[in-house]
Amino acid sequence: MVSVGRRILQALGRRVTDRLWRLGFGSRFLLATLLHSGTALQRFQLTIREIYFTGVLSLIIILVSGLFVGMVLGLQGYDTLQRYGSSEALGVLVALSLVRELGPVVSALLFASRAGSAITAEIGLMKATEQLSAMEMMAVNPIARVVAPRFWAGVISMPLLAALFSAMGIFGGYLVGVQLIGVDEGSFWSQMQASVDFREDIINGVIKSFVFGVIVSWIAVFEGYDSDPTAEGVSGATTRTVVNSSLAILFADFILTAFMFRG
Amino acid sequence: MNRATIDLWVGIFVAIGLFSLLFLALKVGNLSSSSGGETYRLEAEFDNIGGLKVRAPVKSAGVVVGRVSDIHFDPESYRAVVAMKLDTRYKFPRDTSLTINTSGLLGEQYIGFEVGGDPEMLKDGSKIKKTQSAVVLEKLISQFMFNKAADGDSGDGKK
Amino acid sequence: MEAASPNPPDPLIRLTDVNFSYDRRPILTGINMSIPRGKVVAIMGLSGCGKTTTLRLIGGQLKPSSGEVMVDGKVVHALDSDGLYELRRRMGMLFQFGALFTDMSVFDNIAFQMREHTDLPEELIHDMVMMKLHAVGLRGTANLMPSELSGGMARRVALARAVALDPMLIMYDEPFAGLDPISLSIVGELIRKLNDALGTSSIVVTHDVQESLKIVDYVYFVSAGKIVAEGTAEEIKHSTEPYVHQFVWGEPDGPVNFHYPTTRPYGEEMSSGPSKKQVWW
Repeated sequence: MVSVGRRILQALGRRVTDRLWRLGFGSRFLLATLLHSGTALQRFQLTIREIYFTGVLSLIIILVSGLFVGMVLGLQGYDTLQRYGSSEALGVLVALSLVRELGPVVSALLFASRAGSAITAEIGLMKATEQLSAMEMMAVNPIARVVAPRFWAGVISMPLLAALFSAMGIFGGYLVGVQLIGVDEGSFWSQMQASVDFREDIINGVIKSFVFGVIVSWIAVFEGYDSDPTAEGVSGATTRTVVNSSLAILFADFILTAFMFRG
Repeated sequence: MNRATIDLWVGIFVAIGLFSLLFLALKVGNLSSSSGGETYRLEAEFDNIGGLKVRAPVKSAGVVVGRVSDIHFDPESYRAVVAMKLDTRYKFPRDTSLTINTSGLLGEQYIGFEVGGDPEMLKDGSKIKKTQSAVVLEKLISQFMFNKAADGDSGDGKK
Repeated sequence: MEAASPNPPDPLIRLTDVNFSYDRRPILTGINMSIPRGKVVAIMGLSGCGKTTTLRLIGGQLKPSSGEVMVDGKVVHALDSDGLYELRRRMGMLFQFGALFTDMSVFDNIAFQMREHTDLPEELIHDMVMMKLHAVGLRGTANLMPSELSGGMARRVALARAVALDPMLIMYDEPFAGLDPISLSIVGELIRKLNDALGTSSIVVTHDVQESLKIVDYVYFVSAGKIVAEGTAEEIKHSTEPYVHQFVWGEPDGPVNFHYPTTRPYGEEMSSGPSKKQVWW
């Protein structure tokens, strides 16, 4: 019995130290990425190319999801609000939930599974097929040439995608609330404008999506770069990217919300 | 995929991304109406502010002219002190009185300005004493019930 | 054998008493090697004997645990990263399966180093790329993507990329692995021709004896992290050393055992069930 308990504690300890070790390793990797960002920002064409693959190719899923999330918010919100006779507040409900929470969070989750996994798989495969080694042997630093442009592309794309998601969602809420159900259009927009504050709500939402962009891009490039150069290694790293960045997004969202909207 | 096509798509992406940010700022948020302009500060004392919150609108004749910037309790007078920031475009006479109103039956609370007739205007930092407290619904209801009961009693007595 | 060892005054590469271990497991022990300028030298041995590790030590991707790796008069593992990158610009490397950049066309793959390391105008880069592609006979593939090439063509493109900046040293990691016989002899011939035409030195890491003996000047045999034999191609072919003999003639048993070493005799293994170590957790 004692030995089983000891075994369990050992396993627990090993898991914790492994996690901490990876976190430290990942932080050093992030630092290296930031230090070697000169190439990605000077030769911005490299980053633009990656914005195409991360941002532009995520457009469809972001726009469609945003529209539907907004439409569902419109239906559900109306159902609840009309019980209290305040269905004109539908605009406020839709806009605040999207701008503060759903826009940044859901688009970051979608971004992690659409673009983050692709980045991990691409870098992992480049490593497995020795492309990164080849680059190193050609005296080109793969962190500067491959990792940094993808990292910055993710950081730049994420706030734009989140804004698109929120805008699309508000449009979806408008379609359902005003066009379908018949909430008064004037009060829909005016109440929304009266209660959504630019600095308090919109800027905070943008800050959130920026933070999520850094988290997802960081995890994606790190998992790719750190993956075992085998088929299982790459597929495992891709899964880890999606799982870890989703958890990290939700955790960071809680922390940020606690700081931003507590008052 | 050649470079020009990628550039074009990224350009479109960034443009619509920025456009939706602009849409959020102007059409959804209140950037167009409230912030950016110069403001001046007024203070008012209330017996009871009810559910008034920081950032609640300040309205005159139904138009938003400013926002509540700070609320605190004055330990000497035992009253609530509400600070407001008003748009410098709007000036009000010194004898303007303030009420705390509710939009709709259960809606958010706001401060209403009832404009007086004094030729002198309120300045930055002025303190307004003429205020009317928030209507607290529970008080109203209990008052109503009490009066009703009193009415019933006196009615019986007369008969 | 010692007398035949190439020992001109200034070899391009010299490894002196190099040891390397990974996770305390020794990979290379006491390697002494010198590679003269202008020659093609092969490092032969079984898979996993430390050949690729040797290349990585020369390229500075790994640091030796002890000993010294000198390339062109510089100690590789003592260089800072700028010095190392400076040195690598004068090295070309062909990776085992080509390692072409899959997101770039053949043209861009070969132009990669020119664009990264020089400020040459695009017209000049175009001409240089076409020259390299012409040298490997694949000028027509410039606009294809690597995924559209056959294995042999991909290897030749990778070869053209390795020599893109006219390096002083070209390293080949298993250049013959997985090629059909025709591609194999084409690649072999290209290695020799490019070496002589560009006046560079080449190191070929391979286990393909027959093909490499046709093109190389000198051979090192590595087994279990040690150099077990060396000599010119002729000497190796007629060597009587058992290991070399087994290797060159591809015999299934000899100094290299068919069986992976194990601590338990076969009879005991079959009669006594799993050993204690194999409990499920």
